[in-house]
Amino acid sequence: MDILISALDILARWDVAAALLVGSVGGVVIGAIPGVGAAVAIAILLPATFSLDPIVGLTVLLGIYGSSMFGGAVPAILINTPGTAVNALTTYEGTPMTRRGEAHRALALAYSASFCGGVFSVVCLMLFAPGLAKIAPLFGSREIFLAALLGIILVVLAHRGKVLAAGMLAGFGIWLNTIGLEPIQYTQRYTFGQSWLSGGIDLIVAVLGLFALSQAFVLLIQRDKTSHAEPITGGLLSGFKELARHKRVAGASSAIGVLMGVIPGVGEFTSQFLSYTYAQKTSKTPEQFGNGSPEGLIASEAANNAVPAAAMIPLLSLGIPGEALTAMMLSVFYVHNVIPGPSLFQNQLDFVVALYLALLILNCMVIIFLIFSTNILLKVIETPTRFIGIIVLTLGFVGVYSLRNSAIDCAIAAAFGVLGLILKRLDLPIVPIILGMVLGNIMEAKLRTSMMRVKSPLDFIDRPVSFILFLIILIVICSHFRALWKSRNRRSENA
Amino acid sequence: MRIADDVNRPGGEVFAAGFLIFALFLLSQIAVETAPAKSGNIVAQPRFWPAVGTVTMVAFAIPHLLLQWRSRLPGRLAETRVWLGSVEFCLWFMLYVAAVPVTGYLAATLAFTVLLAIREGYRDRKSIIAAAGIGFAIVFVFKSLLSVRIPGGAVYEYLPSGLRSFMILNL
Repeated sequence: MDILISALDILARWDVAAALLVGSVGGVVIGAIPGVGAAVAIAILLPATFSLDPIVGLTVLLGIYGSSMFGGAVPAILINTPGTAVNALTTYEGTPMTRRGEAHRALALAYSASFCGGVFSVVCLMLFAPGLAKIAPLFGSREIFLAALLGIILVVLAHRGKVLAAGMLAGFGIWLNTIGLEPIQYTQRYTFGQSWLSGGIDLIVAVLGLFALSQAFVLLIQRDKTSHAEPITGGLLSGFKELARHKRVAGASSAIGVLMGVIPGVGEFTSQFLSYTYAQKTSKTPEQFGNGSPEGLIASEAANNAVPAAAMIPLLSLGIPGEALTAMMLSVFYVHNVIPGPSLFQNQLDFVVALYLALLILNCMVIIFLIFSTNILLKVIETPTRFIGIIVLTLGFVGVYSLRNSAIDCAIAAAFGVLGLILKRLDLPIVPIILGMVLGNIMEAKLRTSMMRVKSPLDFIDRPVSFILFLIILIVICSHFRALWKSRNRRSENA
Repeated sequence: MRIADDVNRPGGEVFAAGFLIFALFLLSQIAVETAPAKSGNIVAQPRFWPAVGTVTMVAFAIPHLLLQWRSRLPGRLAETRVWLGSVEFCLWFMLYVAAVPVTGYLAATLAFTVLLAIREGYRDRKSIIAAAGIGFAIVFVFKSLLSVRIPGGAVYEYLPSGLRSFMILNL
């Protein structure tokens, strides 16, 4: 109870309230603009949050992360364009419903399913993160190394059809992290005699270039896309009634979202595809899927909104980010000398509980905002895309330049921007680069420390947790190759 | 065995080849660009993790290139031109970066948003006012409200002292 009161005390401040408002409203608006998305917004805002209190900065970023997918459903349903990439499946069901004149029903369902997924996920975070934090002391250097290695492997293998590209880009991320002064022997690595490379490549500069500047370039070089959507009339609370009729799909999709959110590198895409497939296979009317099925819409929205809070579970309890957005948030923790992991739960439990409560409040604020302001969002959707590109590029400058007032950082970010543009146009993944940088850093430090106490390779896995992690790595790799083998056999049978 | 690259776009093989050349170059430089440590096991060597990174890059880039090459699509030149076209906006961005310490954040941002809007074809009065308004709003939110660290412009030195302090702090 004392912890709860202390957590409420942390939240009962005007700046936290403002952060909740900015995060929830800002996230919805950003999510509703096709071509921007949470990653771009978080990358831009990241340096600005460094001067704020950790709870304020994290609330803004978490708000944007959690609420952008709520907003992304609006253009997905009304103009057949997902606001964020993870609302793609929503278009399959939302657009046919809009064409049938059921836009109001589709929006109401999407909002209520998103709310259900979001709240379910926060409850899971509250229940599971302390449990994971209890076993976290069993994680020594070798266990953290193996967990980070598992994260890299999952990130690569999760990119189905792009595994080789994901692997080479993860390697690129690992290499990027090694540039500059090496921390143990103090020797230079890959600086090519350039003093400006001695400090290495800043993660935030890379993130801003790859996410924000690249998106600005993508928007600026393409033709304008403007859309028009008809205003919505009537209340949007009716979705909860209909959601109650599909509680099995909503519950299962939220659970799938949480599970996928916890596993590093998997995230929203896999969660929504799995839950959509589950909903279709178990539906009494599978033929409706793709033609405006309420179950399909619920599955997509509940699953993708369940991921953000779940992705915080490994970050808060083990200090290991599972995807790019939590990797960005890790830097906010580090800047404020708040180290995620078991000690955070032991020493600053009120801070952790305050974060949970903030997430819960954010979900409530978002749903209230959406119920009253959907028609205002329609105006935002109509902004021409190249104009948005100008705004993103201008905001990108704030993010990079405010870090160290360095023109070199800006040049590096611009170079990463071009790389990001190429990757986006080739439909290759960006996330492995970021996770390669973050997890590569963790792996290098932890492997060094653990090898001091290890005499033979078998000693590395002689503890229960390290052995289990090693087994999981083996199982993941073997199942991937098994799936490939099966797919090859199926193809040769069909040929 | 098909292990990757269901996705193939025009220009995919150009990027794959460029990436492999870059990775091979990095790998070839490992002895020059990293120093060996006198003692310690292999993982404590400063070149161990750069080697992990570059070897991974090469190991995945070779089959990626082969698969991309085998299923290459027409239109690689047009796609490469699009990539090079983005360099123009890099230059716009770097000009903006260079202008801020000279003219100050507000003036540079207003000029940047308005000129870029004109470059992008938004030449009517409404669009230009909108571009200037957005530029001002960004400066106001980030510099005046959030106090992000962006220094004042050199031209502020010529302003009267009271106004100069205000401009350095807020705009």
